[in-house]
Amino acid sequence: MSGVADSPLLELRSIHKRFAVPGHRAAVHALDDVTLAVHDREVVGLVGESGCGKSTLGRIVCRLLEPSAGERYWRGRPYAELEARAHRAERLAVQMVFQDPYASLNPRMRVARIVGEAPVVHGLVPRAQSDEYVAELLRRVGLDASLMRRFPHQFSGGQRSRIGIARALAVRPRFLVCDEAVAALDVSIQAQVLNLFIRLREELGLAYLFISHDLGVVRHVSDRVIVMYLGRIVESAPAAELYERPNHPYTQALILDVPHIEARRRRYTPIRGEIASPLAPPAGCHFHPRCPRAFARCREERPPLREVAPGHHSACHLNDIRSP
Amino acid sequence: MSAVLAVNGLRTHFFTRGGVVKAVDDVSFSLERGEVMGLVGESGCGKSMTGYSLMGLVDEPGRIVAGSIRLDGRELVGLEADAWRRLRGERIAMIFQDPMMTLNPVLRIDTQMVEAVLAHHRVSRACALQRCREALAWVGIPAPDERLRAYPHQLSGGMRQRVAIAIALVNRPALVIADEPTTALDVTIQGQILFEMQRLCRESGAALIWITHDLSVVAGLADTLCVMYAGRIVESGPVDAVLDAPLHPYTSGLLGSIPSRNVPGRPLSQIPGSAPPLDRLDAGCAFRERCARAGDGCHIAPSVTNPAAARTLRCVRPLR
Repeated sequence: MSGVADSPLLELRSIHKRFAVPGHRAAVHALDDVTLAVHDREVVGLVGESGCGKSTLGRIVCRLLEPSAGERYWRGRPYAELEARAHRAERLAVQMVFQDPYASLNPRMRVARIVGEAPVVHGLVPRAQSDEYVAELLRRVGLDASLMRRFPHQFSGGQRSRIGIARALAVRPRFLVCDEAVAALDVSIQAQVLNLFIRLREELGLAYLFISHDLGVVRHVSDRVIVMYLGRIVESAPAAELYERPNHPYTQALILDVPHIEARRRRYTPIRGEIASPLAPPAGCHFHPRCPRAFARCREERPPLREVAPGHHSACHLNDIRSP
Repeated sequence: MSAVLAVNGLRTHFFTRGGVVKAVDDVSFSLERGEVMGLVGESGCGKSMTGYSLMGLVDEPGRIVAGSIRLDGRELVGLEADAWRRLRGERIAMIFQDPMMTLNPVLRIDTQMVEAVLAHHRVSRACALQRCREALAWVGIPAPDERLRAYPHQLSGGMRQRVAIAIALVNRPALVIADEPTTALDVTIQGQILFEMQRLCRESGAALIWITHDLSVVAGLADTLCVMYAGRIVESGPVDAVLDAPLHPYTSGLLGSIPSRNVPGRPLSQIPGSAPPLDRLDAGCAFRERCARAGDGCHIAPSVTNPAAARTLRCVRPLR
């Protein structure tokens, strides 16, 4: 594939996304100057609480949404250049796996069509060979190929997740956006599907943007983890580094608050307050009203994302005090 | 010490056209004052139905077909609807997963809370309101007076769940059943609710049953743990014993599939297959189709054994 050498697989530069809210003059600033790069075969985890903009970011990456401002690049080339028909493979290269395995499959379609329709429409597979192709995909995601004449309601939650994954893989993507892809599953089924993601990455050389509220899951699958709070990236670091040396007070609180199997009859010391409304985010650092260490500057000035260790970025004014 | 709650051989079955669904099948456990028990299992294992049975909330075509539920020594199975109504909200209370479903959207918080008090106590409205105010403050709601005049939609998810907890606790019940009350909440809000519940049980002496699919949540909260599979408690005991030295292959499989117990990036150890439908169960161990240790003897219903003090187990081929 052509492209600028050594450029990331996918890059977002200064992405903003605003949603107008009926009845309100202010718009929700769902993404506020978000910059992100994902390299070939890299798994980037994205964590944050509801309303932090993680799903919006995922949808912008797969072009289900257009950003209000900012640029997206695929292998160093702006997305706008890829609109031409000649770049079909590039346009299909990013696919999405959705959260709800019940709502994201058309209940009136058989699996053969759910999985097989897109590759035929896009001319990747001749119609006559569609069933054969679907059978191969189903086997790849661990389903019996003989089930392809069935409807979604005839499958369990875990099997439906696998169908959703097979559908995403059908157009031979390089990059999957997984938005809470295992959140609806039971623990034992969740492990099976996570293992499938890990295996597919190895077999097909895929890159993932793995969006989840579950820090344990994200840590397990990700090379690098990004933490978002109210539309902004507050911290980004290699997975092990982030969990061992969280820099931002919000990340620290998140990691402390997560129930852990080894923490018995612990005394919870919760972080105070709730997430502010995205309609009226606090000035300065969005986290300052809940931050135990906030000071005057945090209320006025937005902290920039700065490198605090190799590959470890954090947006916190406290870092200016710590380091001379 | 006498138990607040003693459940013995409880069976709740549903008589459907397709056959008998044994949602709760020979379940026994007991709780003491201030004790927190975690009831853990995957969807459809009967953990919520166990909670509903304790509340007398099993609807047709389901009914309790056998067993006994004793609260403070008093038998609850077979009580009349009236007697149940006097107990519910007074001696036993339940907190549900979705507070939007528990709270009436068209009534103010004060109306709903005062109703809960007046249903059980002959006190003045002012006195009832004072109790509600105290209950809200107790669960960590700032400015309770303001919240009392609010409608549910004016509160955040975490705040609504606190209100639901306050309503459950307003009459100081002896037993609280919490059915996944933090599953719909964000991590930082979940931490706050867990903190409040822990404190409330310590202070009020209420026994708490925490129903969840998330072992990590009960690890930090519970004193004892019951693991349910296909309608039966397959293993129970003190939280440390069950989590550190599980005896049942299912418990061990569940623990093994938690990401933090695995090396990042490596395949998780997983339980193959999925749980059997509850109307297709035979007498044998329901887990044997998915169990690596299954063999001779697993076709016969495993009886409950006591492998150690305060521990129970339903397995003929345990891990230790």
